[in-house]
Amino acid sequence: MTAASSAVTRRAGMRRWALVAAAAVAWWALYAVNGPFWDWLLGDVVGLDLDSRAGGAVRFFLYDSVKILLLLTGIIFVVTVLRSFMSVERTRALLGGRREGVGNVLAAGLGVVTPFCSCSAVPAFIGFVAAGVPLGVTMSFLIASPLVNEVAIALLLGLFGIGPTLLYVGAGLTIAIVAGWVIGRLRLERYVEPFVFETKLRGKPLDPAYGLTWDDRLRMGIEEVGAILRKIWPYLLVGIGLGAVIHGWVPAEWFAQHASADNPLGVLVAVGLGVPLYSNAAGILPLVDVLFAKGVPMGTLLAFMMATVALSLPETILLKRVLKPRLIAIFVGVVALGIVAVGYLFNAIL
Amino acid sequence: MHIKILGPGCANCANLERATREAVDALGLDAQVEKVTDYGEIAAYGIMRTPGLVVDEEVVLAGLVPTAARVKELLSARV
Repeated sequence: MTAASSAVTRRAGMRRWALVAAAAVAWWALYAVNGPFWDWLLGDVVGLDLDSRAGGAVRFFLYDSVKILLLLTGIIFVVTVLRSFMSVERTRALLGGRREGVGNVLAAGLGVVTPFCSCSAVPAFIGFVAAGVPLGVTMSFLIASPLVNEVAIALLLGLFGIGPTLLYVGAGLTIAIVAGWVIGRLRLERYVEPFVFETKLRGKPLDPAYGLTWDDRLRMGIEEVGAILRKIWPYLLVGIGLGAVIHGWVPAEWFAQHASADNPLGVLVAVGLGVPLYSNAAGILPLVDVLFAKGVPMGTLLAFMMATVALSLPETILLKRVLKPRLIAIFVGVVALGIVAVGYLFNAIL
Repeated sequence: MHIKILGPGCANCANLERATREAVDALGLDAQVEKVTDYGEIAAYGIMRTPGLVVDEEVVLAGLVPTAARVKELLSARV
């Protein structure tokens, strides 16, 4: 490289990081003025009574929508850029030949950091198993990946702070490790469609994380923010809208009566409601936020959220291509049991 | 040239197919574009994220939808 062209590259690099820094400052400023702005606009300009039910609900809806959008944008961007250093192919290479136990722990951890969409669950499942990754270890990965994802972490951190976020991540990892280990111990290979084991991998797999420049990684971050927001905005609006209604009109006493930690069935009902409900963390967390403010205990809420994001009807239908119904039922049962246990544990200790 | 689009029929696979056909037309290539939707066959290429792009039995892209310009680059490198 000549001196002139390296100077050009360096200048382009400085410009890129200056843009990133400017975007970070703009993000922080928007986040800081979000609350005061709506108070001023709705209270002083429009003249709404923010302590009334309707006024409070409107403010809640607008403030929460903007806050959640900002959190999602910021954290998805950062996580995508960091994750661009990882890939499913690298993860598989790391998991190849691992024994169960250590393998389950590693798989759950990698499930969190590997860029992965549950829409790719089927090819990933075949790819892992055909490459010799044990069934239980593969399951640990597939459970951890949707359960402990960047959207959930972003929103928990923003709405509840670091404590509940760490609890959630720890509990999610534990469920993924234990459930995967149990499935491995049960020796359920006969309930996997035989073609999975017969699949021969040919050629050298391409590593998509190879050869990316910083510009590529930042562009991937921006594209991912757009893709995720386009996918989740209906859930988000419904979630925040429901949250606003509950915020304004459902009295806290109602929840205290029906969903307090003293109610022994609370967690079971929450998981029972959460499993068939198909949403993602973005749709669920605004609700969780409001319910927590109304006095529903954290264990019940986290169990509800985990059941909703970890177990979904569309994903189980996809998995039917590679797993027989018996194994799908065991998978759903083991994960649901783990979530119920976590819910009761948190209600007991928090 | 034999091009395969690997994907079970998701939106991204359709987008990749469109970008690929655009690139083939723009380059004026004599290429056959085939869609592979069978999971076993897709996985056999070693890819774990759809959609995938295979040119003459070699995986050139997996897990993302490239722009038509990027596909053009990839294809012209293999003419």
